[in-house]
Amino acid sequence: MSLDTVQSAQTTPDRIQPFAELGLKPEEYARIREILGRRPTSSELAMYSVMWSEHCSYKSSKVHLRQFGEKAPHSDALLVGIGENAGVVDVGQGYAVTFKIESHNHPSFVEPYQGAATGVGGIVRDILTMGARPIAVMDPLRFGPADAPDTRRVLPGVVAGIGGYGNCLGLPNIGGEIVFDETYAGNPLVNALCIGVMRHEQIKLAKASGAGNLVVLFGARTGGDGIGGVSVLASETFGADGPAKRPSVQVGDPFAEKVLIECSLEIFAEDLVVGIQDLGGAGLSCATSELASAGTGGMLVALDDVPLRDPSLSPEEILMSESQERMCAIVEPSKIARFLEICQKWDVTATVIGEVTDGNRLVITWHGEVIVEVPPRTVAHEGPVYNRPLAKPAYVDRVAREILELPLPSDSEALKEAIYKLISSPNMADKSWVTSQYDKYVQGNTIQSQPEDSGMIRIDEQTHLGVAVSTDANASWSYLNPYEGAKLALAEAARNIATAGARPLAVTNCLNFGSPEDPGVMWQFAETVRGLADGCLEMGLPVTGGNVSFYNQTGEVAILPTPIIGVLGVIQDVRARTPMSHSAGDLEIYLLGKTEQDFAGSEWAYLHHQRGGVAPTSDLKKEMRLIELLLEGQEIFEAAHDVSQGGVAVTMCEMVLRNKIGATINLVDDAAVALFSETPGRVIVVVDPRNSERLVELAKKFEIELTELGRTGGALLRINEIEIPLAELDLAYTSTFPRLFG
Amino acid sequence: MTELTGPTNTTKVVVDVMLKPEILDPQGQAVSAALPRLGFNFASSVRQGKRFEIEVEGEVTVEKLAEITKAAETLLANPVIETFVVKVEN
Repeated sequence: MSLDTVQSAQTTPDRIQPFAELGLKPEEYARIREILGRRPTSSELAMYSVMWSEHCSYKSSKVHLRQFGEKAPHSDALLVGIGENAGVVDVGQGYAVTFKIESHNHPSFVEPYQGAATGVGGIVRDILTMGARPIAVMDPLRFGPADAPDTRRVLPGVVAGIGGYGNCLGLPNIGGEIVFDETYAGNPLVNALCIGVMRHEQIKLAKASGAGNLVVLFGARTGGDGIGGVSVLASETFGADGPAKRPSVQVGDPFAEKVLIECSLEIFAEDLVVGIQDLGGAGLSCATSELASAGTGGMLVALDDVPLRDPSLSPEEILMSESQERMCAIVEPSKIARFLEICQKWDVTATVIGEVTDGNRLVITWHGEVIVEVPPRTVAHEGPVYNRPLAKPAYVDRVAREILELPLPSDSEALKEAIYKLISSPNMADKSWVTSQYDKYVQGNTIQSQPEDSGMIRIDEQTHLGVAVSTDANASWSYLNPYEGAKLALAEAARNIATAGARPLAVTNCLNFGSPEDPGVMWQFAETVRGLADGCLEMGLPVTGGNVSFYNQTGEVAILPTPIIGVLGVIQDVRARTPMSHSAGDLEIYLLGKTEQDFAGSEWAYLHHQRGGVAPTSDLKKEMRLIELLLEGQEIFEAAHDVSQGGVAVTMCEMVLRNKIGATINLVDDAAVALFSETPGRVIVVVDPRNSERLVELAKKFEIELTELGRTGGALLRINEIEIPLAELDLAYTSTFPRLFG
Repeated sequence: MTELTGPTNTTKVVVDVMLKPEILDPQGQAVSAALPRLGFNFASSVRQGKRFEIEVEGEVTVEKLAEITKAAETLLANPVIETFVVKVEN
């Protein structure tokens, strides 16, 4: 096919173009023609199609996501908000921390290892782009049933991919979650979070300003990786025969990324860039249009100067390629020599491919001929916006009326059996089969990681300042009530930070849903965003950014609405953090918060194949008081552990197994409810008997119910008359994953 | 030349696995970059694959070959990113 230039587009206005195959709707194609005043060239069509895809344009979610701005609480900590590659928060002592979570769900289903690996690579580059040194990663994961054959293909591949990439980069993996449910069969969720740290003055932004400044592409050469990946792969539902168009899979090269990180940080340290952007989804189309759009508006790029791995690539393919480990920088001409020198030192390919221009046109040439001439804002920021129809799905009211029929064990033997059943179920069982494949302590600053409530990293070795991050979602609650589900996930993530003694500061999120073209899914999404925005406003926590992943469904079956909420907090001295478990006997165990009959969406209900009833309602004012209690009383807590999935039973099992020190618990009320109910807003704390009075005072001050549960010590978990030897409990807890995955 | 390869009469089947040409090959790139450092300047590009040598009892029938091909698809190669060739060696 001959080169399709702007000139030929003007002379052949009626050429039939494959916009539908590229995922564009007829009206979207018509709008492109209207913007340009002519038909787009094939290169322009490629750019618009990837940038206007759901994944890049947020066209279905934008109208809802605005609430994060409109309802944003005042926060002095927020240095960079939504809209940049990642949000940045002030954590004190001149440090700024950036964190963000993104999905790599569809690629991880097609090719689990590489999909998960490049998911880590992508989020790490986003963090790097802000000027920060990446310091840790986390991975919330969702899979189909643990014993399903496809889970045995996907899970080991995903875990190996995350470990392979992260370990090679030398980044500790400090947490995440693994949850199994039928709805994720064929739609695993692989979300990746990265945390980075920098000094305030080192923050970098993605903008191309200053006419005459140079556009430099550096990092890996461009190949045919993931072409059409963004528009076709991330925005189209898989049919029964797998993906309709299987694009070439992106393969990650973590060693190239490591070199790119060090090279970029050296370039940043010498202040050699005006703006910077990483190349992820939509590759050069995205980087050039976003940089130009956020800057003065004009850019001229010679596409034939892009260094290629595969010389046969067409200009359209180069624009759409998603080759990994690439960055795009805007550099002043006086600094380019030094820039290229540093790249050469690190053996990183760097090429000047264009310059910033006056005016508001992004012009791309191919061997001197103009193949793209567009207003960059129309590509990057002014894509289509849909107010998609939404309707409360019929199931919501139906399941709310369902009366749960759950066996609630009453005698000791049945209670003991129930505890074993719960603790050995794939969702509750020990995850070290997975987390031991990740390097958790590389760099030497990991204070805590899985199975603790949150991951914690020291960021200053002199002052011991640190940050903690937790990610949480309870998709069953979100299914029953997406508004409350989002608030409850937010509260849980914040609580998981506070149990260690860190103060919650900011929120990121990855909203995983089915097809936005389904009004029911759209309603779930809208309710989730409303809940999260209201919750963040109430708790005074700004949303710093996030990611939306739609089309997670197979045929008619959508995944459970899964809003993964990440909360970041700061701790002044990591040495003082509170662990999740006691390390001595003869300490007193207390429950903070009140236990109600909350079985809707619980693990106990899930184990009995029931997902109905009314989800708990959040009380964020109380959650905030609980957090304040945990922070104010931090010095008296020998241990603090969040009570969530699996209730007090699972929380206590995890605590006694962590250090293999038992406990004796006395429950006065209905033992089954006390053990298995999942009422939110509860934490189990352990204190020295000398401090129990102080705890009573704190509970009174913050108006949180306090119940004495028992004492630590011994080699048993003793609950009323039930006696469970720790060795037996440990076996039940730790043998599930090896049995399932080898 | 005739040579017995094992105690019994076996046939060698070779499965050669290569990354598809459009897929990035970091190992091949590393080799390609190392060659000139060692003074070998002949290569413009290197791609690295893997080779399986499978000893099969007795004669390799069409059915056995089909089974080996199935195994190659399932375990030896990842057909999403790799191609493979099954050959019977004499």
